[in-house]
Amino acid sequence: MSIQVIMSQALLGLNVGVFYAMLSLGLAVIFGLLNIINFAHGAMYMLGAFVALIGYSYLDQWFGINLQIGFWASLIVVPLVVGGLGILIERTMLKRLYQLDHIYGLLLTFGITLILQGLFANFFNVSGTPYPGQPESLSGVVNLGFMYFPTYRLFAIVFSLVVCFGTWYVIEHTKLGSRLRAGVENPQLTQTFGLNVPLMVTLTFGFGAALAGLAGVLAAPIYSVSPLMGADLIIVVFAVVVIGGMGSIMGAILSGLALGLVEGLTKVIYPPAASTVIFFLMVLVLLFRPAGLFGKEK
Amino acid sequence: MMNRILFAVMLVAGLTAPFYAYPVFVMDLLCFALFACAFNLLLGYAGLLSFGHAAFFGGAAYIAGYSIKAWGFPPLIGILTGTGFALILGFAFGYLAIRRQGIYFAMVTLALAQIIYFMALQMPFTGGENGLQGIPRGQLLGFIDLDSSLSMYYFVFGIFLVGFGIIQRTIHSPFGEVLQAIRENEARALSLGYDVDRFKLLAFVISATLAGLAGATKAVVFQFASLTNAHWQTSGEIILMTLVGGLGTVFGPVVGALTVGALSHELSSYGSWVQVILGTIFVICVLVFRRGIIGELARVMKKP
Repeated sequence: MSIQVIMSQALLGLNVGVFYAMLSLGLAVIFGLLNIINFAHGAMYMLGAFVALIGYSYLDQWFGINLQIGFWASLIVVPLVVGGLGILIERTMLKRLYQLDHIYGLLLTFGITLILQGLFANFFNVSGTPYPGQPESLSGVVNLGFMYFPTYRLFAIVFSLVVCFGTWYVIEHTKLGSRLRAGVENPQLTQTFGLNVPLMVTLTFGFGAALAGLAGVLAAPIYSVSPLMGADLIIVVFAVVVIGGMGSIMGAILSGLALGLVEGLTKVIYPPAASTVIFFLMVLVLLFRPAGLFGKEK
Repeated sequence: MMNRILFAVMLVAGLTAPFYAYPVFVMDLLCFALFACAFNLLLGYAGLLSFGHAAFFGGAAYIAGYSIKAWGFPPLIGILTGTGFALILGFAFGYLAIRRQGIYFAMVTLALAQIIYFMALQMPFTGGENGLQGIPRGQLLGFIDLDSSLSMYYFVFGIFLVGFGIIQRTIHSPFGEVLQAIRENEARALSLGYDVDRFKLLAFVISATLAGLAGATKAVVFQFASLTNAHWQTSGEIILMTLVGGLGTVFGPVVGALTVGALSHELSSYGSWVQVILGTIFVICVLVFRRGIIGELARVMKKP
């Protein structure tokens, strides 16, 4: 087994890892403030990919709008659309459930997942539609010195890392972030100090959804866009979150990256286990460190 | 009082069903009704949301089907073998999952169930995407031919009643009372000296075992164990059935399974719209109809 094979699988794994990181980051941010797990996070990711696809290929055909939203524009437009939907969901539905057991939030978002998934399954092939909008400037491969790697994938890795660490910086090191953390720590007290906590909650949910949508755009040129792409991913991300613990933002990012890497390497060592290795790692973590690697559960 | 009337209705409806309804369809509903009752024991009475019950249902179906088809087990022994598998699996899952609470519990069970799903997809004996086909129904106790849909029906109805009885016995036992105490206030139950984790684990194992009984029975009815049974969407469906019928009520899961099952059947020609409709019902139930059909009925009847 050559070093090139291992390195390329490691990089491909890292590529998956950045998606895990972006999604678990979004889950962690939402969980921190709302105390709910957004099952629809995978559906938001799928939605992001579909909005990019529709914006690129179907606007004219379906809506008679003579406009094509390219890949670069999608990186801005899609998070706004998906984030907007997130805000709508939070304002109209989730808001009513805050007084109840947190499992109702999970159940509600599960229902929303079914709706979104079913809707897209009606109009698109379940086995996937390719996204044709990958920009010319990102096609081809780059020479990394020791191996060649697809330019687009490298771009996706770097771009996602910037977004993840940017989010971490904002939350941990800015004034806005400190307010957010205050809201996580003690919502009532934060409200008393004159900060609009309900607005923070809404925007946080919107932001988490937007992150998932952005991950969807980045994934669209790599994987074929399918109604089921989110559901399969979100369950793995749940395992990532259980392994990492949702106590820290950095923990969510790092465990996402590391587990993507592990999954990529498993593909080289023992391919049949690649789809389950993260779940087995979760079992080990539950046995030996039940609160998660970065967790601080009481 | 209401429960007695409902039980009588259920018994009469169940005994006469094959004379006015398509028996295979009713057997399907009965399997899901038992599955939902088993699930309700856990969520409705112990307050534990498992998102991985499809693993027990689907896993037991494969084991029962395989033991009957490949090893020539008689149907009853095959079903018990599948159920035993669910019991062991339930113990393993429960042991791991109760280490985390609330929302994490749901995520852990979902992730664990996904292992079983991928195993069912990849292992050679399960038939992969095609499922395990051609399971013979065989003869019950060596002389009742289960290929006759009428005798198969009463066999399934019998299994349902046994499972239903076990669940009722559990709920109304001192053990069931402690479970409800844990659901209401875990810290208090703990401080009263109850070993909370052991109660939770036992509830999980009972629930998983009976879910397995339902799955194994379904495999014999349809002579087929499919990947769908083990998919996370099945776990979601069983939550929906329980929720629609009424969480933590005795007959709610049965009513919910009949309602959702009949609805899916009626809508089956609409393809993916079924999913949209089920999702919408899910959302409506969570937002405004949390008591479910039986829960609302009980509330109305209690009013003077």
